[in-house]
Amino acid sequence: MSEDGVLCGTFFMNGDVACAEGAISAGCRFFAGYPITPATEVAERMSERLPHVGGIYIQMEDEIASMSAILGASWAGMKAMTATSGPGFSLMMENLGLGVMLETPCVVVNIQRAGPSTGLPTLPAHADMMQARWGSHGSYEIIALVPSSPQEIFDLTITAFNLSEIYRVPVLVMADEVVGHMSEKVVIPSISPDELSNRRRPTVAPEQYLPYKADGDLVPPMAIAGEGYRFHVTGLTHDEKGYPVMTAEAQDKLVRRLVDKIRLNRRDIIRYDEVDVEDAEVVVCAYGITARIARLAVQQARDSGIRAGLLRLITVWPFAEERIMELAQRVKAFVVPELNYGQIVLEVERCAAGRATTLLVPHMGGSVHLPETILKAIKEVVQ
Amino acid sequence: MSIKGIRIAGFGGQGVILSGQILGQAASIYGGGFATLTQSYGPEARGGSCMSEVVISDEPIDYPYVQNPNVLIILSQEAYSKHGHNLPAETLVIIDPDLVKPDPSQNPSPFSIPATRMARDMGRVVVANIIMLGFLAAVSEVVSPESLKKSVLTSVPKGTEEFNAKAFELGYNYGLEHRRRSEGAND
Repeated sequence: MSEDGVLCGTFFMNGDVACAEGAISAGCRFFAGYPITPATEVAERMSERLPHVGGIYIQMEDEIASMSAILGASWAGMKAMTATSGPGFSLMMENLGLGVMLETPCVVVNIQRAGPSTGLPTLPAHADMMQARWGSHGSYEIIALVPSSPQEIFDLTITAFNLSEIYRVPVLVMADEVVGHMSEKVVIPSISPDELSNRRRPTVAPEQYLPYKADGDLVPPMAIAGEGYRFHVTGLTHDEKGYPVMTAEAQDKLVRRLVDKIRLNRRDIIRYDEVDVEDAEVVVCAYGITARIARLAVQQARDSGIRAGLLRLITVWPFAEERIMELAQRVKAFVVPELNYGQIVLEVERCAAGRATTLLVPHMGGSVHLPETILKAIKEVVQ
Repeated sequence: MSIKGIRIAGFGGQGVILSGQILGQAASIYGGGFATLTQSYGPEARGGSCMSEVVISDEPIDYPYVQNPNVLIILSQEAYSKHGHNLPAETLVIIDPDLVKPDPSQNPSPFSIPATRMARDMGRVVVANIIMLGFLAAVSEVVSPESLKKSVLTSVPKGTEEFNAKAFELGYNYGLEHRRRSEGAND
């Protein structure tokens, strides 16, 4: 533990705890949440740790209030986070949209369990992937990251804060119960301040400040409540001053910018990992815990003489569509194992656009794929 | 590549998860290898069935579950009925004989240590799992006794290190004795 209370060292810890430590390393000093399996340990760790770093932990009455609280904290200048699972994620959807509309940096962690409804509270799934993209109403773009290990959830929670500060958008960390509850070695480095991004602040005099006037990068500078800059926020369609304007023109200008600030910057946002893709005839496209099992299946396929590779998605939103389009020109097939009945496979299919075959390997959740199930699918598509 | 799987099964409250945590930490932090710990449990805090699985490897681990355990530690009759049958001959099965009555028709016949009774005799039944880990260190090669002991001492509440070290040693010595006897029987 360093002097300022930020943890440093090598630990055998679970993904939920690593997520909380990642948040603290990223500068998060406000957490509002409502406990839910399998995300409870994130809240538990934050409740223990935040008082030691001068932060605030609040247990809210529900997930609707949790989401509201982190938006408010962010406007007051804090880096803020909440963590939940499926049922709570559903409750957060309305205010997630408010966060998008108000361009409020914050991080929402979903340690996914199997649904629908209360489903299997202690067991894994990845069935909220489309909800992450489309769960709130209106046209918008969001950023969602998917970790495959306790180490990666630590790293990606920091990335999530950085991206949310840069683009002023809620960023989702879409982990799963296995990654959340599994313990593994986690190396926590000391993070220097220049590795952390902070929202751009206004440089103009308070009387000239327009809270929703963006420059070339489409992201407006953000004032902190109470610092003398006057601003108004509303979920209604608004102009550069932040006041409601009920016209199609204002709507067009605002929504285009909200979407384009992510879409046009996608090359800086999208992250993925590749193993043995160079000469591959079959590419397994996977994410989260499934990507690890897929790596084993790809290795086994290579051992039996099949040129298989792995594309591991780290960001699912925005989707790595250009990479899938490129690969579709030269690979025979994509195999997409998912802990749901087919979500991200729809994106792969859209991008492959018939140039390569796409095979879903579904699993309804409650456990994970066996490597041999994915291997069988790889063998099937090369035949 | 060498992969070892250890499954610990019993009831919530017996230290099943903590034992897995200590074992995984011993292998990955103090032993310099790789380890994963996964767990399964019901909604109850105590009394429900509970299982932890530790995978130990000298390379990064892709599949974090145990398919065929090298070591199986069983701490309840219910867990024995579920996990104790049709095992490969080379599986090392360890039971607490006060909690588990093994089926004599099953091979391999289990190693046994009355860890719960020994802990009660020491005055604190909660150290039963630490006694069991000491025993494991003596009768198996999954992780070095030094790493495991170090992991025990950094995992238990401050102020209880000495007591836990004693519990570990008790289990370890019992294990050495057990090993001597069983090796003697094979001569």
